[in-house]
Amino acid sequence: MVSAVLAARVSPARVGAVVGRNVGALRSGPAYWLVLASGFFEPVLYLLSIGVGVGALVGELRLADGRVVEYAVFVAPAMLAVSAMSGALSETTFNFFFKMKYAKTFEAILATPVRPLEVALGELAWAMTRSAVYTGAFLVVMVAMGLTRVGWALAVFPAALLVGLAFGAVGMAVSTLMRGWQDFDLVTTGQFALFLFSGTFSPVGDYPPVLRVVVEATPLFHSVELVRGLAAGLPGWGLLGHAGYLLAMTAAGLWVAARRLERALCR
Amino acid sequence: MVSPAVAVLERHLCLYRRLWRASAFSSFVLPVLFLVSFGVGVGRYVGEVGGVGYLAWIVPGVLASTAFQMAVGDSTYSVLGDFKWVRGFHAMRATPVGVRDMVVGGLLYALLRVESAVVVFLVVAGVFGALRSPWAVVTPVVAALLAVAVAAPVMGFSASIDHDSYFALLFRFVMIPSALFGGVFFPVDQLPQVVRPLAYVSPLWHGVELCRAATLGVAPPWPVWVHAGVLLVFAGAGGVWAVSAFGRRLRD
Amino acid sequence: MSEQPLIRARGLVKRFGDFTAVDGIDLEVAPGEAFGFLGPNGAGKSSTMRMIGCVSMPTSGELRILGMDPARDGARIRGRLGVCPQLDNLDPDLSVRENLTTYARYFGMSRARARARAEELLDFVQLRDRAASRVEPLSGGMKRRLTIARAMVNDPDLVLLDEPTTGLDPQARHLLWERLFRLRQRGTTLVLTTHYMDEAEQLCDRLVVMDGGRIVAEGSPRSLIGTYCTPEVVELRFPDGVDPAGGLEGIGRVDPLPDRVLLYTGDGDAAVAEVHRRGLVPSSVLVRRSSLEDVFLKLTGRTLVD
Repeated sequence: MVSAVLAARVSPARVGAVVGRNVGALRSGPAYWLVLASGFFEPVLYLLSIGVGVGALVGELRLADGRVVEYAVFVAPAMLAVSAMSGALSETTFNFFFKMKYAKTFEAILATPVRPLEVALGELAWAMTRSAVYTGAFLVVMVAMGLTRVGWALAVFPAALLVGLAFGAVGMAVSTLMRGWQDFDLVTTGQFALFLFSGTFSPVGDYPPVLRVVVEATPLFHSVELVRGLAAGLPGWGLLGHAGYLLAMTAAGLWVAARRLERALCR
Repeated sequence: MVSPAVAVLERHLCLYRRLWRASAFSSFVLPVLFLVSFGVGVGRYVGEVGGVGYLAWIVPGVLASTAFQMAVGDSTYSVLGDFKWVRGFHAMRATPVGVRDMVVGGLLYALLRVESAVVVFLVVAGVFGALRSPWAVVTPVVAALLAVAVAAPVMGFSASIDHDSYFALLFRFVMIPSALFGGVFFPVDQLPQVVRPLAYVSPLWHGVELCRAATLGVAPPWPVWVHAGVLLVFAGAGGVWAVSAFGRRLRD
Repeated sequence: MSEQPLIRARGLVKRFGDFTAVDGIDLEVAPGEAFGFLGPNGAGKSSTMRMIGCVSMPTSGELRILGMDPARDGARIRGRLGVCPQLDNLDPDLSVRENLTTYARYFGMSRARARARAEELLDFVQLRDRAASRVEPLSGGMKRRLTIARAMVNDPDLVLLDEPTTGLDPQARHLLWERLFRLRQRGTTLVLTTHYMDEAEQLCDRLVVMDGGRIVAEGSPRSLIGTYCTPEVVELRFPDGVDPAGGLEGIGRVDPLPDRVLLYTGDGDAAVAEVHRRGLVPSSVLVRRSSLEDVFLKLTGRTLVD
């Protein structure tokens, strides 16, 4: 159904125009290349601190399946998934909400032939473009540090994009439901809680059983598992399940976002 | 006669009353969640650091890091916003409130927030059995010193910029590296020799080491007066910078 | 004390780098006066107001506010001023009442006194029923009234209003004027800037016209009209293609505009009769009393500043 809606209404040129506006807006900010480039350093710094620094304290980690890996190998894919999530969310919640509520960017855009869904897709495409650049750079660092192989890194790349897409779509849907900035603290808090308890720093197997059930229902867990499985070079049917979860999340997020936008902006 | 700085503090508190729900969670609950996820979760693989369990070792780090992040959080967007969008400082400028009062009022507010979070965190850490020395009672004092040492210069920075994307640079090049490599998660000795001095110039590292010395009842790596002196210098120089940056911004 | 001027400026200059915003002005404002600065954008009105408000220091010249020197006694002077800035700087997240009480505390008032004063002012600016609501969703007129109430919170000797009604709709403007008129009646000294002629005529006992950082005229609204203008103005429109300018010579001062011709004269009806006697046939004729707007345009010209 979503694809039928997409086919009927979406013009790639108009979606492209929405992306183009973002590129222009970015260039007008001060030191924009620096800001853009620094987005890449952040996950690398985390990798160096937690993966290498704390990794030296941890030494090696015995996983549930019996494999023994270096802590950095364990934690790096999780960092990648977390950075894909937070990159997509910051673009589609904080920035998206600002444009919707204050800058009136969307009202201006929607006074033209561009449709709400095209706005949503354009914003998402923009978030994905940035995410792709950061993901690619992070994978290069992982390969250089010997944390994954080149071949598997190529498989991780689309998986990380899917993570960004899923969180981006949901982030946009959430933005349309926001009443004000104070609600964003909830988003930030939820995001941080996911970050802490998705098998990011230690295997989910260590969690108490109740917490484990809750965690296994949350999106970042599936993201981390998907990325970690591919980065470790261990494909399996389970990975398809994680990918399916993220695809469903993308579709649901887009559907809600488009409907809510239509209602909010085209009264 | 109420002091103008206290009147400025009261405005912050009045605003906080509107927004406390969300920030209460992030200042009281998140540090504890972090402790559980990292201190307990990762701690089981770490064994001992510096003669104690990883949880006890990381508690003072997380405590100082919480103070550090809250101090930054209270002196970035809200300060720029009061110059640029809300123009709250311009409103104050038209009254007997002076530039120094604005800075001091903002610092007092940051202090109140940091202290309340730190005390709650200490109690939780005590329940976890992570406080090993009665000296732990001085950590709120260290946290206060650290908060001013960080908030004052960051306020100066926020008053000097005119676009909020400079904050992204501040966070990514100064704040996050400090939090990640300032001795919170692993000892600074592990850093390569060449980058170690970068940790030494971060106020966070000095705060972390003082807090750690207090909760574990051991001597800090450098003499106490050096650590405290560095923080005092940051606080003093930062305060001077903040006052002059506020003054410059409001002058014409 | 009562005869000492509240504001006294001699040769007041304000420069920003190479740009001279205020270029040597003299003025005095006496207690109880309603004094206006009139001028186009960029004339130096706001810069002058900011110097009077002791938030910007003069580059040179002498300035005394309430008999004190702003450079030395800035905080003491500001403690006795009420300022309504051009850009609203209310706290949008606080309630109407909280905006008044937090601001009152800046003046060192006790909590009880701040609360009592806030209640009085809520009535004065007719915001009683919005007292508990947040400021952000209020209309522009309500925000302005709140800003004025806030400026009154310390019972000031002198109230400064920088373009108090810019951007408001007619109803809101009239309500605000009425409130300001009440303030005048109570003997509060008002100093305001405006580029609305009707506002200046409504509110000011005395005004100065500023242009390019200088004072180009000074007096009461009526005396300015008397000095710089004729009592009446005739507005004539002619059919397309007719250029009557030469034929009007001698009737009065002629100001040809793209769409009409203004004729400044002592007696409008006589001038119209003379136009007809000369055989000119305008397509429309309007005789009106001259206003401050005519003075303003004569003194500051018709060129757009920005």
